[in-house]
Amino acid sequence: MSGPSTYEPKTGVERWLDQRLPIVRLGWDSFVDFPTPRNLNYWYTFGGILTVCLMIQIVTGIVLAMHYVPHIDYAFASVERIDRDVNFGWLLRNIHANGASMFFLAVYLHMLRGLYYGSYKAPRELLWILGVVIYLLMMAAAFLGYVLPWGQMSYWGAMVITNLFGALPLIGTPITEWLWGGFSVGNATLNRFFSLHYLIPFLIAGIVGLHVWALHVPGNNNPTGLSIKTKADTLPFHPYYTVKDGFAIIVFMIIFAFFVFYWPDALGHADNYIEANALVTPAHIVPEWYLLPFYAILRAVPDKLGGVILMFGAIGVLFILPWLDTSKVRSMRYRPLGRWFFVFFVIACLGLGWCGAELPDNKVPVLGAIGLNFLWLGRILTLYYFAYFLVILPLLGFIEKPTQRPASIEESVLGKGKSDASASAAPAE
Amino acid sequence: MKMIQRLLAAAAGALALATPAALAAEAGHHPADYDFSFEGPFGTFDRAQLQRGFLVYQQVCSACHSMNQLHIRNLGEEGGPFYSEEYPNPNDNPVVRAIAADYIVEDGPDEYGDMFERPGRPADRFPNPYANPQMAAAANGGAVPPDFSVIVKARHGGAEYIRSLMLGYDYEVPEDVRIGPGQYYNPYMSGGVIAMPPQLQDGLVEYADGTEATKEQMATDVAAFLAWASEPHMEVRKKMGLMVMIYLLVLAGLLYAAYRQVWSNVKH
Repeated sequence: MSGPSTYEPKTGVERWLDQRLPIVRLGWDSFVDFPTPRNLNYWYTFGGILTVCLMIQIVTGIVLAMHYVPHIDYAFASVERIDRDVNFGWLLRNIHANGASMFFLAVYLHMLRGLYYGSYKAPRELLWILGVVIYLLMMAAAFLGYVLPWGQMSYWGAMVITNLFGALPLIGTPITEWLWGGFSVGNATLNRFFSLHYLIPFLIAGIVGLHVWALHVPGNNNPTGLSIKTKADTLPFHPYYTVKDGFAIIVFMIIFAFFVFYWPDALGHADNYIEANALVTPAHIVPEWYLLPFYAILRAVPDKLGGVILMFGAIGVLFILPWLDTSKVRSMRYRPLGRWFFVFFVIACLGLGWCGAELPDNKVPVLGAIGLNFLWLGRILTLYYFAYFLVILPLLGFIEKPTQRPASIEESVLGKGKSDASASAAPAE
Repeated sequence: MKMIQRLLAAAAGALALATPAALAAEAGHHPADYDFSFEGPFGTFDRAQLQRGFLVYQQVCSACHSMNQLHIRNLGEEGGPFYSEEYPNPNDNPVVRAIAADYIVEDGPDEYGDMFERPGRPADRFPNPYANPQMAAAANGGAVPPDFSVIVKARHGGAEYIRSLMLGYDYEVPEDVRIGPGQYYNPYMSGGVIAMPPQLQDGLVEYADGTEATKEQMATDVAAFLAWASEPHMEVRKKMGLMVMIYLLVLAGLLYAAYRQVWSNVKH
């Protein structure tokens, strides 16, 4: 894709196919010969990990859908039946439910990687924006999927989220009722949620295709943030990164398997094993862990519409991030100030997650002594979240003095004035 | 950068591990710790304990609590309290058949359109003690006794919570808790007020294996039984997990060796 194709069909069949549908050439250029920066670290393995996550979710999901019944009277029992009577149904459901959490764990690390190394900057703005679209769709899919078992958290979570649209002036109520397919969360809602939950992963898969396409035009960013200059900066994707990604994927699978086999309900909420009941509201309704930071942002504003705008704004701001960051330097490795603001940003996100899990009036440990509750901690962290994108990154480009950068990727790996004879000679072709 | 890497890794780990703990923080007493045989990555159910626990369920709990998601055959399936290698099909298992036959089940309609009653079969679900939730509420002072199918998974603290709750009636009522008529104080219950009267007293049931039926023993046994009922495939899950872990660790080792080999000729 970047640069002329090096694929040479060797057999008659390959030549025949190549003249008609050059799909082998596409695969060869994208995943075998593709020139990849030689200095990618393990933070760059999450793209591969996420692809595996998506495939796992789709495959287990398709089988689960064969046994699941999207009806308010049978949904809960059908999920129990999957756990109890469907052959290996308990395994499929554990993988699918924990797979969502693993998917988000990986996507957050993937996004933080992009933020740290400046992977959203020119010429990768569209790559980043497509990634944010995927992330949005993932959140929608996760929310819709969480409603399907029709437990207490499913039902009340659906109630809270759909009611958010009611905050819109004038069109709020009609939109909410349109989403519900009725006058409350009910059977019509569950039915359409199931339909959409089945649809979205395929939309994600399509956008992942665009995401990979947009990646393969400028090529990978790398920890130095420097652009590729010579062939010595790169290695062919295969075998160097297939084996490295492969190793990382299996290490990730070990963490995944730990949850699936030894702690399957740790990331869920106990209340979701109680069948949905419109007459009993849970003591406190909380989303899954990966949505907690946004829940905290939503609650940080006393006004409902304001909270909704801020919550969607927290994702919206990611779309314009490539134009907010004014620094000429991509990688935080050479940004002495930006690096620390980034660390605080990560802490702020984790802190927001914590705030989302706690009741707003609860006192924060230690800091509670000075009267700080989770509502105010959430407000402070929300402020920092937005300030990072809207104030710090735009201004920092003018204020900050970047440290000395190496002249090239090759130099960053090998040191000044040397070249790696073995690499430039042997494997690059 | 090293430090940031470490920070990130620690943060990811903390997020994954700490959130459920934070969510689990509920009002009320924390359930008393008890070492159940099925805890830990290699824990299995104690078959004799499950049988005793089933007896408590059958003779005490099932008067009010349904267990809708379970079939009587589950008792004789692999991992169940009455599983026997002699009878891989629980429908043939005489113990399970006898248990089933003790229940009267409504079936039908027959060829004349009438419903009729017959003795239970292993394929039947555990019969619900009440015809509908309204009847259950009316018979229990307005509170529907919760279904027991997944009760251990549906409560923070799981089996330890059930055990503590069953033994939690002997506490003095704090001044700020108001107990209405037909209500009892139990600090393990969220809010401290429970509509279920104390159920267990020493010697309430007679265990076939000669175990003394103390309150503690019955509470422990029934909690273990309900843990099994909530997840009958737990033993299979852990057993498979061990094989998967071994496989993945070996594969990771091989891939790491391959990675070192492939990258040995290039600096990066």
